[in-house]
Amino acid sequence: MFAFTIRRLLISIPTLLAISFIVFAILDLAPSDPTGNLPLTIPPEVRQQIRDSLGLDEPFPVRYALWLKQFFINEPLNLIEGWTGWQFGDGDRLRVTSWATRSPVVDLIIERLPQTLWVVGMSQVVAVIIAVPIGVISAYKQYSWFDQIGTFVSMVGFSIPTFFTGLVFIVFFSVQLQWFPSIYDTNHEVTDWDSFVFQIKQMIMPTMVLALATAAQLSRYMRASMLDNLQQDYVRTARSKGLTERVVVTIHVLRNSMIPVVTVIALNIPTIFGGAIITEQIFRVNGIGQLLIIGIQGADIPLVQTLTFIFAVLIVLFNLIADVLYGILDPRIRYE
Amino acid sequence: MSDQTRIVAEAVVEEDAPRSLGRDVWDQFTRHKGAMAGTAVFLFIVLAVIFGPLIHTIDPTYSDFRARNQGMSWAHPMGTDNLGKDMLAQVLQGGRTSLLVGVVAMAIAMFFGTLVGVLAGYFRRLDGPLMRLTDLFLALPILPLLLVIIMLFRDTLRSTFGPETGIFLLIVFIIGITSWMQTARIVRGDVLALKEREFVLAAKSIGTPAYRIILRHIMPNILSPIMVSATLGIATAIITESALSFLGLGFPSDFPTWGRLLYDGANFMTITPSRVFWPGLVLSLTVLSVNYIGDGLRDALDPHIRGR
Repeated sequence: MFAFTIRRLLISIPTLLAISFIVFAILDLAPSDPTGNLPLTIPPEVRQQIRDSLGLDEPFPVRYALWLKQFFINEPLNLIEGWTGWQFGDGDRLRVTSWATRSPVVDLIIERLPQTLWVVGMSQVVAVIIAVPIGVISAYKQYSWFDQIGTFVSMVGFSIPTFFTGLVFIVFFSVQLQWFPSIYDTNHEVTDWDSFVFQIKQMIMPTMVLALATAAQLSRYMRASMLDNLQQDYVRTARSKGLTERVVVTIHVLRNSMIPVVTVIALNIPTIFGGAIITEQIFRVNGIGQLLIIGIQGADIPLVQTLTFIFAVLIVLFNLIADVLYGILDPRIRYE
Repeated sequence: MSDQTRIVAEAVVEEDAPRSLGRDVWDQFTRHKGAMAGTAVFLFIVLAVIFGPLIHTIDPTYSDFRARNQGMSWAHPMGTDNLGKDMLAQVLQGGRTSLLVGVVAMAIAMFFGTLVGVLAGYFRRLDGPLMRLTDLFLALPILPLLLVIIMLFRDTLRSTFGPETGIFLLIVFIIGITSWMQTARIVRGDVLALKEREFVLAAKSIGTPAYRIILRHIMPNILSPIMVSATLGIATAIITESALSFLGLGFPSDFPTWGRLLYDGANFMTITPSRVFWPGLVLSLTVLSVNYIGDGLRDALDPHIRGR
């Protein structure tokens, strides 16, 4: 297992390099000029100095190599220094800076990461809590009314885009019923019980929108996986040795059925981050998805490059995690 | 004997009358209630979008300033927007664009997916590189990349092809080339299995060139998985396009799609909730019905399920 993990890690390096090249090239070859929006009153020599300071006139491979060095060496070292207080070298490293705010991109992302992680993380937990029981009961009572309704609802949840559910939630729960705020207040700090209740209230809608979309998909997988396992011989063995139905279903079948579902959850997480871009935009959560949109609207190329690449890293990482988890959870699978 | 011929043979024994494969598929498809309902809804939406403007003749771009932000009425069944444009007319107009984007993007994705899948499955030498390319594309963060590409190339294409055609070509093309990977994987798997079958061997032994084996013998046998992913591809493409439009990086307001109508309506949803409700409902219904059709097709085209 360890050897396999190491091998997979090594394989993902060229993949990441290729992706970083694509991301860099797309943004770099695009016909847009960061100095194009500056006022025309700026004299040409100052404009040239700005271009030099942004490193725009270097040849393409040099800029790519520089960006790689900044991203893979300078930024991780800075992070480690920040966490542990160790000092590497003189600490004066060239960092990836945002064109719009002139501050290091990584700092911007770290500032916004908690909001995204809270919303995305909670939505995943809620999705699993909703999806697993529905999938289990649907499969156990196949073709019952519960199954019919459950399958239909999950198909609906799977088809309705999150930007529509989000808007419907706002119209219904914030405008009509006035239960929850429609805008996520990030400056809100939890100090006592009331502010905690407010925090829960403002998190409910973005979390539920993401959770419902994920749960719809997960419950379909859960149901299919349960159905596969319920027909296996070991289920008959368990029943014939006199185990109660509850034990057969929850201990024997459920545990086996969770194996593919767990990997689906892992594979889904990067997509959720992508989907969170839309949810964050609807509820004005200032997470990394909104940061990306701001960066795109302001043509802030270093910021967009870094964020897009981080999304790619997430995908590769969670693919790896899914593979490894599959091997750990299912002893029948041997990668060696 | 292959699965399909055996099933047909059994049907002959049971019913004495010869049954075609198409008939079997159709029978199984009509037995799937969801698929039938989906087909009905989808056909209704397509017909409404094509012929609706002939019945509901208000120009979607006409602004009636005396009738702004109106609710539902007989003159304006879905109300009007803040400029007094009729919403039903806009939804119908937007549906044309949305559906067209879905179908064309799906066609592009199917073309690339089938091409890569067949080449990788049939020619052993191409298998490694092409599948690695597929894995690479699967690891790309699609939504952020789409947003970035649109932001960067929108203006150039607009000035070359005009505001409407330019953005249409861009969106259709980038959705198409970022959603072929699943199809390629499925097709490759099927081609790998088909390549070893006797009829392909027979064709090879009489000296049939590779392109003709692929077109004559392999393509007809992989049509069913392609049809299923094509159906589901329409739904995905429509959703992706609306997501882009919803983030303000898709089609412009004067050339709306359902996603764009939602985006424009979101700012006015406290005054006229119907502006959000109707485009969203039509969009969701379309995707839902297409997904059901895909489900039904998958069951109907799967020889293990069909005839049971």
